[in-house]
Amino acid sequence: MRIAPSITQRIAVSIMWTLAAVAMGVLAFIITYILWHGLPHLSWAFLTESPKSMGREGGVFPMIVGTLWVTMLAVVIAAPVGVATAIYLTEYTHEGKMTAAIRFGADCLAGIPSIIFGLFGFVFFVITLGMGLSVISGALTVALMVLPTIIRTSEEAIRAVPRAYRDVAYGLGSTRWQMVTRVVVRSALPGIATGVVLSVGRSISETAAVMLTAGSALGLPQSIFQSSRTLSLHFYILSREGISMTNAYATASVLIIAIMAINLSAYWLMRRFVGKA
Amino acid sequence: MSTMRAQIPVQSAARRPLLARRRLDSERVISWVLFLMALSALSGLAVITAFIFKEGIPIIAKVGLRRFIFSSHWYPLEGEFGILPMIVGSLMVTAGAMVIGMVFGLGCAILLTQYCPPRMVSIIKPAIELLAGIPSVVYGFIGVAILVPFIRDYLGGPGLSVLASSIVLGVMMLPTITSISVDALRAVPKSYIEGSIALGATEWQTTHMVVLKAARSGIVAAVILGMGRAVGETMAVIMVAGNTLELPHSILDPVRTLTSNIALEMGYAAGDHRKALFATGVVLFVIIMVLNTIALRVSRRRSKVKVLAK
Amino acid sequence: MFVDLVQILRGERKEDMKWLLGGVLLLLALLLLPGLGSEKGATVNVIGSTSVQPFAEMLAEEFNRIGGHRRVEVQGGGSTAGLQAALNGVADIGMCSRSLKEDEAKVFQSVAIARDGLSVVVHPSNRVDGLTKQQVERIFAGEITNWAEVGGEDRPIRLITREEGSGTREAFVKLVMGKSRISPKAMTQESNGSVKELVRNDSCAIGYMSLGLVGKDLKALKVDGVEPTAEQVMTKKYPLVRPFLFVTKSKPGSDAQAFIDYVLSVEGQQMLVKEGLVRVQ
Repeated sequence: MRIAPSITQRIAVSIMWTLAAVAMGVLAFIITYILWHGLPHLSWAFLTESPKSMGREGGVFPMIVGTLWVTMLAVVIAAPVGVATAIYLTEYTHEGKMTAAIRFGADCLAGIPSIIFGLFGFVFFVITLGMGLSVISGALTVALMVLPTIIRTSEEAIRAVPRAYRDVAYGLGSTRWQMVTRVVVRSALPGIATGVVLSVGRSISETAAVMLTAGSALGLPQSIFQSSRTLSLHFYILSREGISMTNAYATASVLIIAIMAINLSAYWLMRRFVGKA
Repeated sequence: MSTMRAQIPVQSAARRPLLARRRLDSERVISWVLFLMALSALSGLAVITAFIFKEGIPIIAKVGLRRFIFSSHWYPLEGEFGILPMIVGSLMVTAGAMVIGMVFGLGCAILLTQYCPPRMVSIIKPAIELLAGIPSVVYGFIGVAILVPFIRDYLGGPGLSVLASSIVLGVMMLPTITSISVDALRAVPKSYIEGSIALGATEWQTTHMVVLKAARSGIVAAVILGMGRAVGETMAVIMVAGNTLELPHSILDPVRTLTSNIALEMGYAAGDHRKALFATGVVLFVIIMVLNTIALRVSRRRSKVKVLAK
Repeated sequence: MFVDLVQILRGERKEDMKWLLGGVLLLLALLLLPGLGSEKGATVNVIGSTSVQPFAEMLAEEFNRIGGHRRVEVQGGGSTAGLQAALNGVADIGMCSRSLKEDEAKVFQSVAIARDGLSVVVHPSNRVDGLTKQQVERIFAGEITNWAEVGGEDRPIRLITREEGSGTREAFVKLVMGKSRISPKAMTQESNGSVKELVRNDSCAIGYMSLGLVGKDLKALKVDGVEPTAEQVMTKKYPLVRPFLFVTKSKPGSDAQAFIDYVLSVEGQQMLVKEGLVRVQ
């Protein structure tokens, strides 16, 4: 028996809507579940106090600071390198063996699982370079992880800058570097920023690599050479050790809200300046 | 570009002869600096590979590759290193996740590109991207809190299982598969679709006979990159997989994956044990590299795919 | 205020955008400020067993509050990692939740800070109240696989163990397992908390953990007929007891010594006892 094409069409489309609805449902469920349990315990004090008795009481201020440090350092290290790579690939060289090799490197780096980055950071930064379990070891490891994302998004953004801009810049007598910095990078800035913002999101949610490199000290880091616990690791430890479920939920809420804010701003950047959402 | 490059020095020299030499030099310096920075990704990869292999290879050589991969006895403190259960565990979990991720990811991608009104696209797409942003520890936590008790109570077994990990990983790889497939589907020329419709095919016939075929390589790449993500995921899997050392007999049995083997024991390990964990990392690394290379080969359209392939 | 924000974000008020960005940056800078100090100060790094960690963190918190310029940082990682860290100087003090092996005892100086009972735990609904040490061994070796064999209901036994290298696991193996190995069927969990969570929710499960962490949700079994309580640990009647050790490579420095002294002081010991451990003296 053959089913009429119009009926198959209807079935197929409704199956796909169901699939998408389930995916949306999962997302909505995760967010509501965490926020439902966490928001009631979220307060100004929770954000600004240090944890007491292993996080059973008190807040998450040191973890917020630790997370910010790891994230900011990672991005501050990775962004210039990534953007420079993208500029080199698009403006300063021809397609060839070298660019293929560089792209291959970035692609492979993008595929490496975070636990491998963690292992590497542990032997290289923590032990070989003697940085110890510290914010800086964690940040360097995470910088390597987000580098491919920044390279790729920046490259796309720079490629999207119209040829005419470059021609005009040259026509006005600017050097290549002037053209790149004043015209190309400037018009590609929103795209680059989107990549950076996405990297911030990725650094915040990273756990495995940070656990092996930045350590899990509870206190406020006095310098970047000290160990600090990030929010996601704090959530992991609180919930796994069963120290305090309410504080675990509240920590997860902070994380989820931060991630949502970051994704929203990336989306907003895209929409407003790049026009491809 | 190449014509451009030839022109600049001439131009600036003509305009400002005095500065011409210095300009030229600074341009060269800039070019070199950029080149060195561009090597960072490549050299990062090289250093990572070197260090992981340096730490891991000696123990594989000592135990013997075959014993290391095909023995199922893992008693690291007694010097027995066999990671067969972890390899099988990783593969089972990934296969399960692939089925779930592919069905949902591809479904969403087709919907987004072919059937969804733009207004809905602007809701569904960012939502799927948000799904990618949620930390893996949160996925693991939800898995333990909701999914595991559900499986234990209604399907039997300890709950921590291949099934639970597959579902969690499937959801986690959905965004990867969706966004890369969306790009592949969008790249199918309009004329194919219009031609098909003009021949009297329904939209769905067009989708599965024309669009999916045309985008096949991109979709395969999406699925393989998604698999890479599933094989490499750590924290969520530790929480829901159960981490036994036995070969699983059913999808309700707990398993240990390569990643969780590393993360579980790394903090404690010393000497040969630690080296064996790095060796586990080497095996994981090789699996990921094979998957990545296949994905890169398969997708002919290079640039688009990679951005999202995080 | 919200309307203003939306307007600014939409780009309708360009000049205010700068203020907004500036404000956000300033806030960030303020939050990052605490990390800018460069001197390490007198930091005492304490690294090791995750079983000792919660207690050490609690003590460190109190010590940091009263200790003036000294700052104690506590990290997990596990007993073996703690010994390693103490050996290569990453840690000033290593935490260890088992007695030292012979070769280790030659290298390290150790101070027992408390004693801890290792309790065998099951779901509260489990009918079994006690096991002999031999039964526990045979259960974890995978020889006894049904609760009916030890007087319980006809249910499979699900083993939950800690990961290889954990001090709790090593203490358990040494005290209970003798020559047998823990069955590969056992599910491995990386923390006391997750063992607890699993046993609490699974009526077939059996696990082991520090006495101080059992709490009210689990049933701790009698071993060889002895109730697992702090008193029985103190009188040494309960058979599964292990020390919590602070380990140093050589004689501890003055800052490390100050923390060790604090832990061994009456006040420090009282805090440990309150958390369910047993004092050393």
